[in-house]
Amino acid sequence: MSTETSNPETAPTFRPFPHPDRRSFGKWFATTGWRHLIGVALCVYSAFPLLYVLSASLNPNGTLLSSNGFFSTIGFQSFIDLFQNEQRPYGAWFANTLIIGLTTAAASVFLGALAAYSFSRMRFTGRRVGLVSLLIVQIFPQLLAVVAIFILLTSLGDVFPALGIDNQIALIMVYLGGALGVNTYLMYGFFNTIPVEIDEAAKIDGAGHARIFFTMILRLVSPILAVVGLLTFISSTSDFVLASVVLVSPENQTLAVGLYSYVSEEFTSNWSVFAAGAVLAAIPVMALFLFLQKYIVGGLTAGAGK
Amino acid sequence: MTKTAPEAPPRHSDETKRKLSPAAQRFANASSTSLGSILIKIIVIAIVDATAVFALFTAIGREAWAIASVIAVITVLINVVYFKKGWLPAKYLLPGTIFLLIFQVFVIGYTGYISFTNYGSGHNSDKADAISALLQSNQERVEGSPGYPVKVYSGDDGLAMLIEREGQQLIGDGNDALAPVEPASLGEYTELTFADLLGRQQEVTSLKVPVSDNPADGTLRTSDGRTAYQYTSSLKYDEAADTMTDQKTGLVFKDTGVGAFTADDGTQLMPGWSINVGFDNFARAFTDSSIRGALLSVSVWTFAFALLSVASTFFLGLFLAIVFNDIRMKGRKIYRVISILPYAFPAFLGGLVWAGMLNKDFGFVNQVLFGGADIPWLTDPWLAKFSVLWVNLWLGFPYMFLVCTGALQSIPQELSEAATIDGARPFQIFRLIKLPLLLVSVAPLLISSFAFNFNNFNVIYMLTEGGPRLEDAGLNVGATDILISMVYKVAFVGSQRDYGLASAFSIIIFVIVAIISIISFKQTKALEELN
Repeated sequence: MSTETSNPETAPTFRPFPHPDRRSFGKWFATTGWRHLIGVALCVYSAFPLLYVLSASLNPNGTLLSSNGFFSTIGFQSFIDLFQNEQRPYGAWFANTLIIGLTTAAASVFLGALAAYSFSRMRFTGRRVGLVSLLIVQIFPQLLAVVAIFILLTSLGDVFPALGIDNQIALIMVYLGGALGVNTYLMYGFFNTIPVEIDEAAKIDGAGHARIFFTMILRLVSPILAVVGLLTFISSTSDFVLASVVLVSPENQTLAVGLYSYVSEEFTSNWSVFAAGAVLAAIPVMALFLFLQKYIVGGLTAGAGK
Repeated sequence: MTKTAPEAPPRHSDETKRKLSPAAQRFANASSTSLGSILIKIIVIAIVDATAVFALFTAIGREAWAIASVIAVITVLINVVYFKKGWLPAKYLLPGTIFLLIFQVFVIGYTGYISFTNYGSGHNSDKADAISALLQSNQERVEGSPGYPVKVYSGDDGLAMLIEREGQQLIGDGNDALAPVEPASLGEYTELTFADLLGRQQEVTSLKVPVSDNPADGTLRTSDGRTAYQYTSSLKYDEAADTMTDQKTGLVFKDTGVGAFTADDGTQLMPGWSINVGFDNFARAFTDSSIRGALLSVSVWTFAFALLSVASTFFLGLFLAIVFNDIRMKGRKIYRVISILPYAFPAFLGGLVWAGMLNKDFGFVNQVLFGGADIPWLTDPWLAKFSVLWVNLWLGFPYMFLVCTGALQSIPQELSEAATIDGARPFQIFRLIKLPLLLVSVAPLLISSFAFNFNNFNVIYMLTEGGPRLEDAGLNVGATDILISMVYKVAFVGSQRDYGLASAFSIIIFVIVAIISIISFKQTKALEELN
């Protein structure tokens, strides 16, 4: 920038409208320079904790105190230790989180799409009541009923162990309780943007409702399916309350519950191993998030917040 | 798609059918129920039915009548809906609705039921279970009883004891009373070696094998894995009078209707059982001063936390959106990507990482930024509240930044140009033109962000666990606890678990949430969009 400002007299010769950057430093600072100062401060605030946890994870056998030296030592021992702790099976947590998150996301999207299709394409008695009650039920967060969910699963588990406490199928079913609701609303809006003429043309060609739904509509609404699936995946993998109540034994837990237990006991001495776990847990999510950024932003502005 | 429809297209599927010629309609009907799809339908429903019948028998076998009837109702419903002609919407709505009804609607109602009981530690079963548990506990060795030579085995259900009595071999474990066993069927058990006995000493000494199905007969225990002695309870249950008598002190405990055997002097035998206590939990929440104080301060903080979180993230996000909304600025994309990183970072991890950085003794902030200071970021009530807001700002501002950037770009540039010509200064343009337009599009998101933060458990619990603890509260509640984390802690953290009180809190929060929602619905008239 400063090299350009050194010969400002050349600018008017080549450009009838001088670019603001080619003015003096003072003017440049007044228009855009101060914005960069804020930008740098912003980057420090945003990225510093992430760099800190990355540096801590690369600090072999580090404690909380020794992690303060920023990238002073580099080693991958913590990542190895992470997978060799039998009391804290990180590999199992990772797999559990993926399985629970993916299953919940896929099933939620499917159930929500079925409901959104019928609300969008069919007119039936109770349709408006159904939509309004979905909205009302959704106001009451499932989290608040965690005690009742716990006791319900305890008694279900006495009869069917697969649906009881400490079972992942039970947790997935609990999550599916929220499969309708906000998801249906997001999808309902999107389904409405698909012209009904497409359905009708297919009907005339002899396609049944099931074929229209599975082979045509689902393909046309795939962007919103992806957004809802991703949002459900993120929310179910970061859930702590329900997961910590339902999943008891370490080998069944998810990353949120497991990594919490890592630091709730022996907080300071396990720090670099925890940091390694946090980095591994966050990198796939962050990569996915940045990759799908614009879709997620679209979905978020239409629905939830953080 | 490109054709211009002169008349509104029919939305009604019935109308479409009416417009088709009879032949086309017959064709449409025939192909919509092709053989393949019927086959798939039958197979899927057959699997559902088979599972349901199996589940039904299991439930009936365990005498779980409520579960059995729910399974029966759901199964009948599924069969009717999918085999009946018509009822098309129901075919699409049923699967999601079943989950919604059980795990969202029912559990809310069930929360209400639990809030009227004393369910919790010491009161988590029925009276019969409590009596048997009481007789199992408080056991002492029977004076002068013979010692049985014993062998300790390990089986599928944990450890088991094998003794010989009157020439017969008997085996029993923690759940099943002693029963005769043939030496041939001992194969499923393996005898513990001496080294095993030493290694699992604690398990061995805590093993209590009931002598018979009558809890009054007591249990066998062994301290060395070689000799077992009979222990019986010092309590005696009198079925006719429904009283427990302590054999040593002679104290008589009666069922006085409070869910536990209670003596005249007020001492209770634990465990008790769960009973209906009516509005006791709600009365406690509002009248017991130590609980009322905690509930009040937590409620106030919940509102403050949610409001301040929305306000701080919104204003920082808006400020940044304005700062970076200048096309003359280079590198905006890089700043944007770096600044949304916290949003992509899982929130629960964000809380834990900041908890480490803000640690009073070893954390980065005190050690490096403040040169070894002892600032109690997470242990001083006010600093902890500040830290929670600070971390939530870190987690939440990128969302508002993105939202505001989008909203700013949708405001037509002509408006500010026109205002400039009319002589408005940039700040006036922003305050009088851009901000009102922006708020219109962002207001619903601010409301949903408030609702989200109202129940933002993760950031609170991962950072401070709700602490520091409120000294004068009668509950395990801290200065940064919000309502949802208070419910969680009352129900699941610590040795005293009070499900009844936690559910009463949940109901109170439901009421608060409902009132807020009604007000905000009236404000935004969101329901009018549904037609």
